[in-house]
Amino acid sequence: MQLPIYLDYSATTPVDPRVVDKMIPFLREQFGNPASRSHAFGWQAEKAVEDAREHVAALINADPRELIWTSGATEAINLALKGAAHFYKERGRHLVTVKTEHKATLDTMRELEREGFEVSYLDVASNGLLDLGQLEAALRPDTIVVSVMYVNNEIGVIQDIAAIGDLCRGRGIIFHVDAAQATGKLAIDLARLKVDLMSFSAHKTYGPKGVGALFVRRKPRVRLEAQMHGGGHERGLRSGTLPTHQIVGMGEAFRLAKTEMATELERIRMLRDRLRRGVAQMEEAYVNGDMQQRVAHNLNVSFNFVEGESLIMAIKDVAVSSGSACTSASLEPSYVLRALGRSDELAHSSIRFTVGRFTTEEEIDYTVDLVKRKVAKLRDMSPLWEMHKDGIDLASVQWAAH
Amino acid sequence: MAYSEKVIDHYENPRNVGSFDKGGSDIGTGMVGAPACGDVMKLQIKVNAQGVIEDARFKTYGCGSAIASSSLVTEWVKGKNLDQAMQLKNTQIAEELALPPVKIHCSILAEDAIKAAITDYRNKHGEQQPAEHVDQRAAA
Repeated sequence: MQLPIYLDYSATTPVDPRVVDKMIPFLREQFGNPASRSHAFGWQAEKAVEDAREHVAALINADPRELIWTSGATEAINLALKGAAHFYKERGRHLVTVKTEHKATLDTMRELEREGFEVSYLDVASNGLLDLGQLEAALRPDTIVVSVMYVNNEIGVIQDIAAIGDLCRGRGIIFHVDAAQATGKLAIDLARLKVDLMSFSAHKTYGPKGVGALFVRRKPRVRLEAQMHGGGHERGLRSGTLPTHQIVGMGEAFRLAKTEMATELERIRMLRDRLRRGVAQMEEAYVNGDMQQRVAHNLNVSFNFVEGESLIMAIKDVAVSSGSACTSASLEPSYVLRALGRSDELAHSSIRFTVGRFTTEEEIDYTVDLVKRKVAKLRDMSPLWEMHKDGIDLASVQWAAH
Repeated sequence: MAYSEKVIDHYENPRNVGSFDKGGSDIGTGMVGAPACGDVMKLQIKVNAQGVIEDARFKTYGCGSAIASSSLVTEWVKGKNLDQAMQLKNTQIAEELALPPVKIHCSILAEDAIKAAITDYRNKHGEQQPAEHVDQRAAA
């Protein structure tokens, strides 16, 4: 077992060695530009790109013609939201999303607000799930886009995308889904789901960083205003020379995900549950987010009376995150946990463990032991734990905040 | 977040973790910060008859830099009298621990904590507060 142990698979995943092997030839001998129509170098590259496109389409049961390659899920989300908002702005200027979305969605929505659009940010229940009644109540005649993520990156909860799709389709509202954390973790069937736009990332599913895709439905047809101009690649929706090696990587990663998902999920669920059982024994430890409607990889726990960053420092042999990677630079507690209604103490005290393809039982057992010991040590140093043990209700204390 | 060696040292081997009896007449207690901010420090001093701090204890809920800042303060105030300890500046703490800008507030909180502890002690003994008074104390 090698230290440090990696348990931050939701932040990124190692590229599967089999994926790397597929990519390398396209950096060496097969370096052609897929847009070069006049020679074999180009044709070879184009074939590789189209094969990859088929692999991605197969995982999500979509038509390959409905996929646009991008530089990642962030770009796909930008293209989807800005592209649809701008194209359909004569129909209306109202968009709806959820407070627990990834920053790629929230920041893009902020930008659209700056441009003059109106955005509603919906609350979630304490288990992290969106209430459909609340969503319906938020929809207006001038609503043009709804955006809800499939799987939340911090707490791993799964939203009812099928039901939301039905709701939006019935009103002719474009429905976008950020599926970056969903591929390889649950079955996605775009022939059944009434989703108009869906964003994908390669590096969350054992592919390389720097490549992703946007699903754009053909029937009924969804139109977008392009955000990148210069050559008209990808049906005019996303200009720029296609990075063949990256795309081949994403294709192979998604192909493996399709063939291996069923067996892999069983193993991963077993490992995650082993971790949960080990940690759930501890006093004042709270799991964040619904346990049923949740992907098998994720365990997000708050250890009351211990601050998250000090705990991460304490368990430095294990790579995890407190909240999400995208917010780790700021001093704020996780906005996702706050949206669940968690107190500030619990939001500051959370650790996200995400297991993956290469996690072992030994690593889980080591982690459980380490977490127990370090939480105990930090609680010995914590004035809040002391007050709790003395029977003081912390909610009643008047703090002298700085 | 890369921590300096000194911060890591104070975290791995904290000095003077623990509590004195708050009610003791020779004890001063300062509690500053708030769980909402992710930082709470409790700092206590034991003062002898000559007005010299002979021992100190701390408990901190906060990041590694906060723990190190409060641990360092308990080391520094031992052997000082109350006026000397009151002179402690957060900049000294920040420099000693090589705190990055985003963690300077931890050193400020530690300065507040020791001042609150001294003020608490002085209040118990009905002493005159010095001209610069600290109003950052938690009501229990």
